[in-house]
Amino acid sequence: MDNLDGIIADAKANFDSITDLAALEQAKARFLGKSGALAELQKGLGKLSAEERPRAGALFNNAKVQIEALLQARREAIAAVALEARLAEEALDVTLPGRGRSRGGIHPVIRTWQRIEAIFRSVGFDVADGPEIETDWYNFTALNQPENHPARSMHDTFYVEGGLLLRTHTSPMQVRYARTHKPPIKVISPGRTYRVDSDATHSPMFHQVEGLWLDENVSFADLKGVYTDFLRKFFETDALQVRFRPSFFPFTEPSAEIDMAFASGPHKGRWLEISGAGQVHPNVVRNFGLDPERYTGFAFGSGLERLTMLRYGIDDLRLFYDGDLRFLRQFN
Amino acid sequence: MQFSENWLRTLVDPKLSTGELAHLLTMSGLEVEDCHEVAPPFSGVVVGQVMKTEKHPNADKLKVCHVDVGAAQLLNIVCGAPNVAEGMKVPCAIVGARLPGASPDQPVEIKGATMRGVESRGMLCSARELGLSEDHSGLLKLPDDAIVGRDVREVLALNDKIFIIKLTPNRADCLSVLGVAREVSALTRSPLQSPPISAVPNTNKATFPVKISAADGCGRFSGRVIRNVNAGAESPEWMKQRLERAGQRSISALVDVTNYVMLELGRPLHVYDLDKLAGGIDVRFGRKGEKLKLLTEQIVDLDESVLAITDASGPIGLAGIMGGDSTKADLDSRNVFLEAAFFFPDTIAGRARRYNFTSDASHRFERGVDFDNNIDGIERATALILEICGGEPGPVTDNVAKLPQRQPVKMRVARARKIIGVPISADEMSDIFARLGFKSAREGKAADETFVITPPSYRFDIEIEEDLIEEVARVYGFERIPASPPLAVANMLALPEERRSLHDLRERMAAAGYQEIVSYSFVEESWEQDFAGNAQPLRLLNPIASQLAVMRSSLIGGLAANVRYNLNRKVDRVRVFEVGRAFLRDAGVLDNDVQVAGIRQPMRIAAAAFGAADEEQWGITSRSVDFFDLKNDVEGLLAPGQVRVEPAQHPALHPGRSARVVLDGAQIGWLGELHPRLQRKYELPAPLVLFELDAEPLLARNLPRYSEVSKFPPVRRDLAYVFDEKFPVQSIVDSLMRSKSPIVEAISVFDVYRGKGIENGKKGLAFRVLLQDTQKTLTDAEVDAALAGLRGVLEHEYGAKLRQ
Repeated sequence: MDNLDGIIADAKANFDSITDLAALEQAKARFLGKSGALAELQKGLGKLSAEERPRAGALFNNAKVQIEALLQARREAIAAVALEARLAEEALDVTLPGRGRSRGGIHPVIRTWQRIEAIFRSVGFDVADGPEIETDWYNFTALNQPENHPARSMHDTFYVEGGLLLRTHTSPMQVRYARTHKPPIKVISPGRTYRVDSDATHSPMFHQVEGLWLDENVSFADLKGVYTDFLRKFFETDALQVRFRPSFFPFTEPSAEIDMAFASGPHKGRWLEISGAGQVHPNVVRNFGLDPERYTGFAFGSGLERLTMLRYGIDDLRLFYDGDLRFLRQFN
Repeated sequence: MQFSENWLRTLVDPKLSTGELAHLLTMSGLEVEDCHEVAPPFSGVVVGQVMKTEKHPNADKLKVCHVDVGAAQLLNIVCGAPNVAEGMKVPCAIVGARLPGASPDQPVEIKGATMRGVESRGMLCSARELGLSEDHSGLLKLPDDAIVGRDVREVLALNDKIFIIKLTPNRADCLSVLGVAREVSALTRSPLQSPPISAVPNTNKATFPVKISAADGCGRFSGRVIRNVNAGAESPEWMKQRLERAGQRSISALVDVTNYVMLELGRPLHVYDLDKLAGGIDVRFGRKGEKLKLLTEQIVDLDESVLAITDASGPIGLAGIMGGDSTKADLDSRNVFLEAAFFFPDTIAGRARRYNFTSDASHRFERGVDFDNNIDGIERATALILEICGGEPGPVTDNVAKLPQRQPVKMRVARARKIIGVPISADEMSDIFARLGFKSAREGKAADETFVITPPSYRFDIEIEEDLIEEVARVYGFERIPASPPLAVANMLALPEERRSLHDLRERMAAAGYQEIVSYSFVEESWEQDFAGNAQPLRLLNPIASQLAVMRSSLIGGLAANVRYNLNRKVDRVRVFEVGRAFLRDAGVLDNDVQVAGIRQPMRIAAAAFGAADEEQWGITSRSVDFFDLKNDVEGLLAPGQVRVEPAQHPALHPGRSARVVLDGAQIGWLGELHPRLQRKYELPAPLVLFELDAEPLLARNLPRYSEVSKFPPVRRDLAYVFDEKFPVQSIVDSLMRSKSPIVEAISVFDVYRGKGIENGKKGLAFRVLLQDTQKTLTDAEVDAALAGLRGVLEHEYGAKLRQ
C-alpha cells in the first residue's frame, strides 16, 4: 500500500507531461485501466487480513479519486490551452470597415419640409398636397387676385396648353383644402411651385409651404405667435429676432412681410425676408365656401429653399437642383 | 418710388434721424429698399474760379491755373483737364482736403506738390474725383452764380440722401413726395407743409376744346392753354437736382416741369404742342386698324380695349400711358396745351404691358391717381412754366364726366379687435383715422361701436371693412401687436395607421442606399419621347428654355440625367431616387376640389442605380448592380405589401429585362434596365437599372392581424426539378401555392441552375418547402403526402423531371 503515494506522484508527473487529449486518455489507462497500476495493486488487496482490508481499501479508493481528479484537472488545462489557441487564431482586425450596403439620404430641401411638418404637426396642423398644374381660378381668382394683377402676366406665370398654369404658390391648396374640410381648419401645404424666373437667386421651380389656420377667433396676434414660435423652433434658437411689417397681398388683409434676424453667425443682425402672411381676406374665405363673419384666420407662405439655405449656410440656390452627390451627401 | 430726403423734409420734417425715418417707413408698409448718400464723404473742396491759365513750361498737356478760392491770394494749381478755361467755376480741393478714395476708410489727402518743376497748391476736380458720377472727361462745371470759396457740398446740396421705396401696389397714393410726406405726417404727427399752390390768373381767354366720349375710361380732363412760352429755356438747377435724385434725367423745361409735378404731387400731366393739335380732343376707345406713333417712336396698334386721346387727325396719345409723337411739345414749341386727366385704373391696367413697356404715368394710373388734384397740378405746373419759360396762360378748363364714388366704409370696433387680436380703444382708432386724413363718424356704443369712414380721393385701397382694419393695425404699429401663443382646443390629430407618408417611403429609399434628388418638372421634349414614348407631351406656352419645354410624364429622364451629371464628376456608382409628380393627359379626370380636369398628376417614386451593386469594399466581391437588386429594393419599399412583377414591354426599357410591377392585382409601375439604345444615346458606359412607381398605392398598408404561431417543429423538404425554360418561376410557384396542402407553410426558390448536366433550353429549379401544423407534430406520412401533391403539380402541369 506504501506504493500508492508513488503511483499518485507518478500519475501527476505523467499527466502533466501530456498536451493532447488522446494521449491523456491513453495515460489514463496506464493508471486507472483494467491492467493499470492501480488495478495491479488492487489484486494485492485480497491477500490482506480482514482487519487490514477496510483501511487499505479506503486508502486505495482515496488514491483512485486523487488520480481521477488529477486527470480531470489535466483535461481542463489542455482544453483551456486549446481554446486559448483557437481564440487567438480567430481574432479579427475589428478596425476593418463594416461590410454591406451604404446608406443614402434625403434631399436638404425635403429635410426642411419634413422638419416643418413635424413642427406644425406638434400643434395639430394637418398636411395637405394637391395639383401642381392648376386652374386660373384656384391659383388667382379664388385668392382675390384680380384679372390684371401683375402676377398673372406671362412674365411670372408658366402657362400650360389648355388654359391651365403651373401654380405660382402653394396657396391654391388653401382653397382646395378649405373647400373639402370643415372648420376649424389647421393645415400646412408644402410642395413644388413655379415662376418664370431663373438666376442665381431664383429658380423656375422651387418649394413653398403654405399655412392656414381658420377658426372662429384666430387673430393677427395669433399669426405673430405661431410664426415666431415656428421660426424659433426651426432654427432652434430663442435669440432669433422676428418682425412683422405691413405689406400687401391680394389674399390677405392685414398683410405682413415677416423678417427675421439671427443673433449670431454670418447673417447676424441683418433682417432677412422669410415669409409673406396675413389675415385671410374675406373674399377668399367666401371662396372657401365659408362665412367670413364667422370664420377668421391667418395664412402664411414661406420658401423652403430660403429656410434651408439659412439653416445650413448654403449660398447657392442652384445646388439644390444640380443633383451633385457630393453636395447632397452632406445632409445624410 | 425714389426721392431725396431733403426734398421730403421740405414737406414734413419730423425729429428723426435718417435711419429712424427709414425704419418708420419700412415698419408702416413703405419698405425702404435702399437709402444712400448722394455723394461719398469728402471735405476741403470749395468753389474755385479759374482766373488765368498758362501753358506749363515743362509739359505740353498740363496747364498752370491761377485759381480764386476766396482767399487773399490766387492759388497756383497745375491741371491737365481738357476743358479748363479762364472764368469757369470748378470744385477746387485745397491743400488738406480729403477726397473719396478706393474705400470710405481710405480717403485721398491733397497735399501741396511740385509738378514737373511747378508748384501746385491743390487740385481742380472732375465729377468722378468727387465720387459724384463716373464722368472724368473734364472738370465738373459749377453754376456761374456759385459763390467763390463756398463749400462745394453746400453749393451742390450734397448733404442729402436718396430713399428708394418699394411700394406695394395698393399704395399708389405714396407714388409722390407729397404722398410719402402725408404718410410720415400721419405716423409722426409732424405737420405737413404742402407745396405752394395757388391759382395763376389767366392773361388771355385761350382754351382748347375737349370732349370725353368714353366716360367709363376717362373720368375727368382738365386743361390749360399757355401761349408764347420759351420751350428752350433751361430748367433751374434745384429742379434738375431733385429730378436727378428721384431717378429722372432732365430733358427739357416743359418735360421737366411735368415730371416734377408728377413726382411732387403724384399728378401725371401731359403737355401738347397746341399748334400741332387739329380740331378738338376727343377721349375715346381705340378702333381696330388705328395706329399710333408714341413719344418713343414705337408704333402701336390700337383696338377697342385701349383708351386713346384723339383729335381730328386720329389718335394722338395712349390715355394714361404715353403721348404721341405727332403732337408732342419740343424745344421749338411756342403755344402749349396742358392735360391733367383722370383715367380709371381698370381702363389702364395691363395695357402698357401688352405693348411691352411701362411708363411713370401708366404705373400710376393703373394703381389709381388722385382725381381731386387735377387743378392743383395744372396750377403748380403753370406757375413753374411761367417761372422758367415765361408765357401767357389761358383759363383752366375742367371736363368732369364721371368720378369714382367714395362710398362710406363701415368698420366695427369689435371686428377690428377680433381680427387684430388686440383690444385697441375706439378713441385710438379714431385718432388713427384723423391722422390719416380720413373723414370719420362714430355710430353705436360699446360693443356695437362702428366707424363710418369716407376715404380721401387719393386712396384707392379703402373699400371694405378689412381695408380699414389694416390701416388701424398699420398705424397702431405691427410691432405693438403681441406675438401671443394661440389658445385653441387641444384636439389630437388623427394619424391613421393604415396609411404611411411619402416621407416614410423616402426614409426606406435612403436606408436602401439611395440619395434623393429633386429635378425640374419640365423637361426636354426628347426625354418624353425617349423615356415615356410620349410623342404628344404637355407643353408649356412660355418655357424658360427649350430644354425645359414640356411637362414630364415620367421621372426617369431626370434620374438618367443625374447619373450622367455625376459620372462627369467621376462618381462611378450612383443610386438616386426622386419623389415628385408626373403629368399626363387624361380625359377621365374631372374638375373638382382635388384635381384639375383633363390632367392626371400622380405622385411617383422612382429610382435608378448605376455601377457596382455595393460601394467598393474589402469584404464583398464587386459586381454590377442588376435587375434583381432593384427588384429587392422594390420589394423592400412595398413591404409588407406583396410585389408581383410580370414581364412586359416599356419604350425605355430593355425588352428582355423589363417588367410591370403589380400590387394587389393592379399595375403600379415599371422595373427594368434602360434600353441599350438609350444607354448609348445618353452616354452611359454601363446599364442603368431603374424603377418608377405610383406612390399613392404604396401609402396604404394593412393593419397587422395576428395569426397563431405553431408550437410544433417545422419540417423542411427540398424539391429539385428540371423545367423547360419557357416557364417563368412565378407561374410555377403560383401553381404550387394553389394546390398545396394546408400544412405547407411556404415555398421558396433557393436555386436556379443551368449548365453541366442540364440540357439546353432547360433549367434546374430547387424549391424549399416548409411544412408545419399548429395543432400537432407532423408525421412522415403526412409530410410525404403533401410533397407528393406538389410533385404531382410539377410533373403533370409542367412536365418537370426530377433532377438527378
